[in-house]
Amino acid sequence: MSQTDQHQPVSTKAMPGANETPAANSTGWIIFLFFMIGFVGSLLAGWILFPELLYSKKNQPIDFNHAIHLDQVDDGCESCHFFREDGTFAGMPGLDSCIDCHEEAQTDNPEEIKFVEEYVTQGIEVPWLNYSKQPDCVFFPHSAHVIGADMSCETCHGDIGNSEHTRVYEQNKLTGYSRDIWGHNIARLGKHKQGEPAPMKMNDCAKCHKKETGHKGACFQCHK
Amino acid sequence: MKEKNNHTKRFGMVIDLDKCTGCGSCMVACYAENNVPFRVDETNKLDSLSWLVVHKITNGKPYPNTEICYLPMPCMQCDGIGKHGHSPCVSVCPAVATDYDHETGIVSQIYTRCFGCRYCMAACPYHARKFNWWDPVWPADMKKYLSPNVSPRMRGVVEKCSFCFHRYQQAKDKAFYEKREELYEDEYQTACAEACPTGAITFGDLNNKNHAVYKLKKDPRAFRLLERLHTNPKVYYLTSKSWVRRAGDNYLANEEPGKIKQEMVHGH
Repeated sequence: MSQTDQHQPVSTKAMPGANETPAANSTGWIIFLFFMIGFVGSLLAGWILFPELLYSKKNQPIDFNHAIHLDQVDDGCESCHFFREDGTFAGMPGLDSCIDCHEEAQTDNPEEIKFVEEYVTQGIEVPWLNYSKQPDCVFFPHSAHVIGADMSCETCHGDIGNSEHTRVYEQNKLTGYSRDIWGHNIARLGKHKQGEPAPMKMNDCAKCHKKETGHKGACFQCHK
Repeated sequence: MKEKNNHTKRFGMVIDLDKCTGCGSCMVACYAENNVPFRVDETNKLDSLSWLVVHKITNGKPYPNTEICYLPMPCMQCDGIGKHGHSPCVSVCPAVATDYDHETGIVSQIYTRCFGCRYCMAACPYHARKFNWWDPVWPADMKKYLSPNVSPRMRGVVEKCSFCFHRYQQAKDKAFYEKREELYEDEYQTACAEACPTGAITFGDLNNKNHAVYKLKKDPRAFRLLERLHTNPKVYYLTSKSWVRRAGDNYLANEEPGKIKQEMVHGH
């Protein structure tokens, strides 16, 4: 008895639906259309609007031209970004690297004049923003990668040596870290573009280590 | 794949208890080297953070037969049965925040990955692991003097002796720069080994025949703590006193410490 009662309303409702096929089809399409509008809208919001909100943008204190400098120096990147004798990496060069040439402005480039006036003559180090700064708990040995594994700077940092302007530094408002760590692809899908900096999260390190050395390595290999 | 080093390293320590005076220099050096926080009131030792503790043990006999021995205890960096890295603390960690480094034999960890469940502390038979009950507070301007080579830990995570792994990292850095495959013995030494005024602590690669620890671990005076648990620690102790040797494990009255090693061999 109860079974027939349950079946009764279903069959009566199903019957008109089966008869009026065009009307049912159009409602289906409308539902699908609204779903797609919402779906695509959320994706666009997540991929375009969200990063805009998440990252604050800053410019480097001086718009540095890597390309011009790379032409002038003999030793490539290592002329300024060199290794110290104990194997540590100097990273961003200090004023003492610049002062040999830039004690006085050599051109009428406003950025160079600003650099000389505001930093060189006053003896103040330039507060460069480091795109690849890692958290305190990370130990990254440049020597193991550049000397030991013979990797080029471009592999991780992109083709920064040929850039004529510094990039905008994007800082994650929640974590305080540079956007380069997460990577510029907010969905972190696919490979990064050739010549662009590689994402530098732990998974990115582990992926490469797994590929090149056969294992991800123990915690202390990269942590301190 | 690039060719690997022809042997795996097993960094270990040999502590000569006959030489140890209990001065505590090793502890001080360890605190300073590894940014280990401390508090104004350190009377409750269960709450203290110390990567290396010098314990005082006695033979329990009344004067004039009282004897005292000081026992410095860092993390034992257990290899586990068969040297597979099955350390007690590593196998229980649900966060994979700690693991066994097969290249160096050191039990390594990521502080930021730890969520403070303290299973590892319960699993460690040596009480080598310590929990951060509070965020570190550095007196006056001491923050400026912290070592940049060791990341400071925050409230709610577990920490322990790392055999000054950052010194290994730095030594490797230099070796890469000089295009060397191997480190020199004196390039990588722990802070406690360097600080010990009597030279009681010797540190090196237990697998390397040229290192001092290789010979010392085979000394007839050598023993390890709680050997019967098969934790296979990499910290060896030397003593010429039988009561100290007996204190290294829970021996029954009729058991001889020297025979336990045979048991170990037969057991596995």
